Amino acid sequence: MPEKKPKGDSRETEKKLVNLGNEVAEQINKLKNPDVTIPVRALSNIFFDEKSGLVKLGQKVSHRTYMNVAHTRKFMQSLMVAAECKKIMNQGVSTSIRDLYYALKRTIPGTQENTVEDQSESDPVIEDLEATLNTLREKLHLKADRKGYVVGPIVIRDTGDRIDCSKMGSSGWAIPSNVEEEMIKFEKCTADFILVVEKDAIWQRLNEDKFWKKHNCLILTGKGQPARGCRRLINRLHKELKLPVYVCCDADGWGMYIYSVIKQGSINLSFLSDRLGTPAAKYIGLTTQDVEKFNIPKNVTIKLNKGDIKRVNEMLKYVWFKPKEWQEELKNMLQVGYKLELEALSAKGIKFISETYLPQKIQEKDFLP
Amino acid sequence: MEKPKKIVQAREISVSEFFEKNRHLLGYDNKIKALLMVVKEGCDNSLDATEEARILPDIYVKIEELEKERYKIVVRDNGPGISKKQIPKIFGKLLYGSKFHKLKQSRGQQGLGISVGVLYSQLTSGHATEIVSSTGDGKTHHYRLKIDVKRNEPKIEESAVDNGKEWHGVQVSFICEGLYREHKQSVLEYLKQTAISNPYANITFDSPTGRMEFRRGVEELPKEPKEIKPHLYGVEVGILSRMLHETKARTILTFLTSEFTRIGRLTGSEIIKKAGITYYNEKAGKEEPGFNISPRKVTDEQVANLIKAVKEVKLTRPPTDCLSPLGEDLIEKGLKKELNPEFVAAISRPPAVYRGWPFQIEVGIAYGGSIEGPKIMRLANRVPLLYQAGDCAITKSIQAIDWRRYGIESDKLPTAPVVIMIHMASVWVPFTSESKESIASYPIIIKEIKLALQECARKLSLYLSGMRKAQWQAERKSIFERYADETANAIHELTGKPADAIKENILKIVEKNIKKIELLEKREEALKNTEAQKPNGAAAEVKEETAEAGEEPPEEKAEASKKEVKENA
Repeated sequence: MPEKKPKGDSRETEKKLVNLGNEVAEQINKLKNPDVTIPVRALSNIFFDEKSGLVKLGQKVSHRTYMNVAHTRKFMQSLMVAAECKKIMNQGVSTSIRDLYYALKRTIPGTQENTVEDQSESDPVIEDLEATLNTLREKLHLKADRKGYVVGPIVIRDTGDRIDCSKMGSSGWAIPSNVEEEMIKFEKCTADFILVVEKDAIWQRLNEDKFWKKHNCLILTGKGQPARGCRRLINRLHKELKLPVYVCCDADGWGMYIYSVIKQGSINLSFLSDRLGTPAAKYIGLTTQDVEKFNIPKNVTIKLNKGDIKRVNEMLKYVWFKPKEWQEELKNMLQVGYKLELEALSAKGIKFISETYLPQKIQEKDFLP
Repeated sequence: MEKPKKIVQAREISVSEFFEKNRHLLGYDNKIKALLMVVKEGCDNSLDATEEARILPDIYVKIEELEKERYKIVVRDNGPGISKKQIPKIFGKLLYGSKFHKLKQSRGQQGLGISVGVLYSQLTSGHATEIVSSTGDGKTHHYRLKIDVKRNEPKIEESAVDNGKEWHGVQVSFICEGLYREHKQSVLEYLKQTAISNPYANITFDSPTGRMEFRRGVEELPKEPKEIKPHLYGVEVGILSRMLHETKARTILTFLTSEFTRIGRLTGSEIIKKAGITYYNEKAGKEEPGFNISPRKVTDEQVANLIKAVKEVKLTRPPTDCLSPLGEDLIEKGLKKELNPEFVAAISRPPAVYRGWPFQIEVGIAYGGSIEGPKIMRLANRVPLLYQAGDCAITKSIQAIDWRRYGIESDKLPTAPVVIMIHMASVWVPFTSESKESIASYPIIIKEIKLALQECARKLSLYLSGMRKAQWQAERKSIFERYADETANAIHELTGKPADAIKENILKIVEKNIKKIELLEKREEALKNTEAQKPNGAAAEVKEETAEAGEEPPEEKAEASKKEVKENA
């Protein structure tokens, strides 16, 4: 691979990494207990910004210091991740977070301990580093596994290649982990809106029925909780092409929470909400109230279990579920005591979802905020 | 009329006959256990006798396999010996004993032990038991005897006297059926535990697998227990009416004051009044309290009223000098000498009372060192209890303690390398059966055991946390040093500064900060210690547990309440 010189954006990120190293080196040089400041990424330090409609990171920071037995190992790992990222950037390549884990893993001499034991140890360190440096994983030249597909009338330029998403057959275009502008550009789009569905199976159903052709839209799935690439793509499609976003999930605590992550951002990545959240997104369904509306047979509903009830009760308290429509829906779910999956709509016929349910919902603008 | 050919006759059954048919009641239910029972009865008697004569015990035990499942068992002591006249009765008659009527702490209680061994031998091998004894007068008596089961009397097969050998003690040899094993309910285990709980005894054991010696670890005997009279709280109707008939007292009042402990004329009078025992005073022309009624004239109904009355009167607790606890020092020495542990702690609780009987609980805990797995040693009057652990008040008490709170790994029972020894000393240990294998669960007994266990566990927990802290301090430094290399390399890669210099500085920072942290910790520790040294109140006093007469049924922990009611989702 030809050596690429870091571009302007990369140079800036690299500078941030070097600065971090210098700060720590400075403290050590003065024989001070070295200390890295990290924003706290927990429920206690996030707030819902009414103005932007996004979940945002608060001001609380934690200090990761070397002379604290609980921190020492993580302190080392943070600097190792930073050093490794700098190395990758200098080589002008990018690497997966799994590669990074292997690059860091080695046995500490004289012990049976590894610098990182498994990937679940290195991944949060990467997120910490993103938050500390106020940058994106992608800008550190790190990428995650691809997850999610899109289909519909849009032409994309992916690292130079022209991709027509209306000619992707049955599989769709796989959304890469890095969808930043330097990688992905939108060349042409005639779609009227974006439909995001939670489940791959429903996406396949809609693609097979050529729903996107009939209704002139993009259909996108994140296959469960959408990865960052997917969320960032929705964010960019909405911002740059001004497309309305409708989300379609299971009518249960988890499905509705997926919607909220697409809309307002997540607690864990609240420092990236500006880039990952799409506050204008609307919830198309499924809701428990649809059961009456569409005369869905009761026998396809599923009884709420303890975990479901707990989750819904938690969600009732989140600020971003405070709008009265949501409170109504969540309370209704508790009251009727059941949930239902998107697939339950098949009880009314295989094509019910694409020919009746979605068109009617869109036409009547029957959305939850 | 023609006589029936056969007449079914009911006749009296002797105790010996009864136990001939029901030997499991006394613990002889299998061959392995039978060997243990014979050795145990022999040793218990030897230890009781030597201690009573204030002699440091030297006990010799031999088990020799004569043929398959047939053994010769020898138990010898250096006790005071038994007089010629007493030998046949002690060994050849069931329920003949010096201890049943005495209220004094001893190993034997019922006069059943050794003679059942004799009976078991003759039943399983047909052999007579051989007894050799001398009281130190130069005469050595030899006996070979069996028990006449129908009459419950000794049947002497041979007797002889030797002159000229100066010694004292008893040697008993049995030949009986059995099976020798060395598992956790065996003769070997019994002797091991006996050596721990009687550290002033020398025990030599010639087993089928070789000789083992348990050396004495202390040269002093525990204090001698005093004999006491019964306490009215513990007396039942049957015993009371028997005592009324046997007493030498002329009046019912003197009967109460002379035959029982803690009854003065005042309390005695009160009981008689409360029982409504009166006589008609002709001179005064009215009913008056019958203080002077002859004990033999007390009716069955009046006996029952007396027992009821006792429960309404507040009686002083029985004296406790009848107890002979091992003492914390002896427990610790016993555990150390046989187990070679890393840590020991012992607690002797102050005496307490159940149903009018004084008792005392002692606990010893040994931890680590040569100890491999967890073990619980249950002792009643210094005798190890090896069977029926599940039913025992001791096991229940141990299970009721949350050992993890004390830093001791456990799963109901401790799983850490720890030996827990629990001793109940009492003039009358409430066994759940005649074979004396487990202690009945009176709430007060469980409570006392738990208190002792908790106190001991606290001591162990302090030790363990001290150990862990020292370990932790050593480990902590190594953690800080361990990550210096990689940290320095990473900083080098980020900044280009030399890694060696960075590492050196990190180690300097570690050195500097560790000293600071340790100083802080020492200061904290000192502060804690001054707080802990507050004077402890009158803990050694005998506790006031009065309303003992109306004993509640033995406590069964409400297991059901613990069971979680699982919801069906």
